[in-house]
Amino acid sequence: MKRIIVCVKPVPDPKHWGRVSMDPDTMTLRREVIPSIVNPLDKHAIEAGLSVRDSFGGEVVLLSMAPPSAQPLLREGLAMGADRAVLLSDPVFAGSDTLATSLILAAGCRYIGDFDLIFLGNMSIDGSTAQVCSQLAELLGLPNVMHVTGLSWTNEGKVIITRKIENGFSKLVGIPPLVLSVRKELNKPRYVPFTGILAAESKEIRVLSNNDLKIDPSQIGLAGSPTKMAGLEIRRFERKRERLEGSPEEIVRKLMDKIYQIGVI
Amino acid sequence: MEKGGQMEIWVFAEQRGGELHKVSLELLGKAKELASKGGRVTAVLPGHDVKAISRSLINHGADRVLLADDPRLGIYRIIPYSLLLGGMIQDHRPDIFLMGATAMGVELAPRVAAKVKTGLSAHCIDLSLDSQGRLLQVVPGWGGGVVATVSCPEHRPQMATVMPGAMKALPPKEREGEIFEVAVELPDENLGPEVIEITQEKPQGLPLEKAEVVVAGGWGIGSRENWQLIQELASLLGGAVGATRPPVDEGWALEGQMIGQSGKTIRPRLYIGIGISGVMHHVVGMEGSDHIIAINSDPNAEIFETADVIVVEDFKKIIPPLIREIKNRLKKQGSSD
Ligand SMILES: Cc1cc2nc3c(=O)[nH]c(=O)nc-3n(C[C@H](O)[C@H](O)[C@H](O)COP(=O)(O)OP(=O)(O)OC[C@H]3O[C@@H](n4cnc5c(N)ncnc54)[C@H](O)[C@@H]3O)c2cc1C
Ligand SMILES: Nc1ncnc2c1ncn2[C@@H]1O[C@H](COP(=O)(O)O)[C@@H](O)[C@H]1O
Repeated sequence: MKRIIVCVKPVPDPKHWGRVSMDPDTMTLRREVIPSIVNPLDKHAIEAGLSVRDSFGGEVVLLSMAPPSAQPLLREGLAMGADRAVLLSDPVFAGSDTLATSLILAAGCRYIGDFDLIFLGNMSIDGSTAQVCSQLAELLGLPNVMHVTGLSWTNEGKVIITRKIENGFSKLVGIPPLVLSVRKELNKPRYVPFTGILAAESKEIRVLSNNDLKIDPSQIGLAGSPTKMAGLEIRRFERKRERLEGSPEEIVRKLMDKIYQIGVI
Repeated sequence: MEKGGQMEIWVFAEQRGGELHKVSLELLGKAKELASKGGRVTAVLPGHDVKAISRSLINHGADRVLLADDPRLGIYRIIPYSLLLGGMIQDHRPDIFLMGATAMGVELAPRVAAKVKTGLSAHCIDLSLDSQGRLLQVVPGWGGGVVATVSCPEHRPQMATVMPGAMKALPPKEREGEIFEVAVELPDENLGPEVIEITQEKPQGLPLEKAEVVVAGGWGIGSRENWQLIQELASLLGGAVGATRPPVDEGWALEGQMIGQSGKTIRPRLYIGIGISGVMHHVVGMEGSDHIIAINSDPNAEIFETADVIVVEDFKKIIPPLIREIKNRLKKQGSSD
């Protein structure tokens, strides 16, 4: 194995999602107030990369497109054991949809070069699009497999991939280079030892801008994104919210009446 | 110019082993509605020996079927499927292309969108047309706590994946429709990973999406023994059992029973949620239900925000007597017939 790239996305910490608010003028979410974490599935992607490296050698490179403030999150991945990180950061990247994001990540992968595998999380918890894996692979001209729950290797260097489908699994055999996005069943992200945290301090995080990647600016950011935000709302539900009071016996009687009125018995 | 100013709406007909995924029929229902102001609905059906499915597609609303029959399309693989669909889009230039947000659709749609360089919105829960005939795509984000409306003003086709269960299929009836066989041109090599095995577990009981009544249990149910109460209540009401993630992780329920962002979207007549906190991840999958009853011992449980009928009580004090009451009522109904 020469090199394994793992795509890592900073996402707003779900513990604080209740605090999300909206800027009505720009129709964007005020994300600043919410701390970021590494997208949970991306830790499984990092673990996948590390375990392949531990068996077959090579290096694990983390790749992220994010503001410079994402560096501490990349350090977490380095503390797990990744060898180095590349952070793609440029104001012209802001507002990218999944296609533009994938174009930028593809440029990052080419910049890093010479890789056998790219691992991603199957989906991110904020946008939850689950689109980047297939789009990145298409733009790199490589095959991809999503929903990966198992990996094993043959003696000839082929990889047997198990993936989740509706009500079951399918198994595929592939030859690197491949782009794979993983589900949490694949593995258990390793415990970070204190020595790992210390070692991470001296590992390299290279920050690249579009001066390095030289992507046509009309293809990225808000301008290069085919999808546009036409509306945004923070959900509020309108329901009757009628509380049934009384002793359990009374509640059961009232519940029976409700169910009867709805007409299902 | 095969569309003559009419809107051309495509629906991906997803089949595995000759079995059509029902989300495709739901999408045809929606496509028919979108086409009601002037448009044509086309079902795109790749596979091998699947021509028989065409009839069902037409009866559910397709004006025509584009059938791509080839042995190399017999088992879904992303490279041949995406090459085929990309090529068909370039040849026919549809305005809208809809796919199910299934394991297959979620993987395939983004690859096709990147190939033809257009926009794609993921896991849509609603679709409509604006006054200029552009597709408005409603997508949940942040676990469903935020709902965005996305459009794709300048690129075609406008693509979306749609949650299974979010749209309603039309009742099938004999309809007129044409079937065209398209020529399949694929390279002989470099078709990507090969499928060597498919294992399917049998789904149990009434499928969630078809049930009029869904009784869903959460972590608060506490044990496999208690879970039987959920199953009993559901079967007495002629309904299906749903679950949040923890019961699935515990093995009380099957993966296919999970409701929510990473599970199913349901819209039954009646949803009863028991021992469920009501995190957005779950709520997005059930909020379309006609009636929602929530039972939770915590008066501040979030699920009460989304409920029509609220019961603040330990379910163990409510469900067993409720089951007895329903049995009594059913017995009376039975004897009066
Ligand atoms: C990316 C992502 C996707 C996810 N997708 C989904 C999804 O699709 N579907 C899904 O469901 N989850 C999903 N989850 C998980 C989700 O965030 C929650 O963890 C889950 O929905 C919580 O399930 P719960 O309400 O059963 O459990 P809990 O949150 O633990 O709630 C249990 C509830 O039971 C109540 N309770 C306890 N004892 C009793 C009693 N005796 N009587 C009555 N009430 C009682 C408690 O008050 C509590 O409110 C997802 C998470 C992530 C990160
Ligand atoms: N900005 C980004 N930087 C690095 N990786 C990303 C980025 N966006 C998405 N990814 C990767 O793509 C996966 C799926 O994300 P998404 O398609 O946004 O749901 C994530 O788990 C990451 O591995």
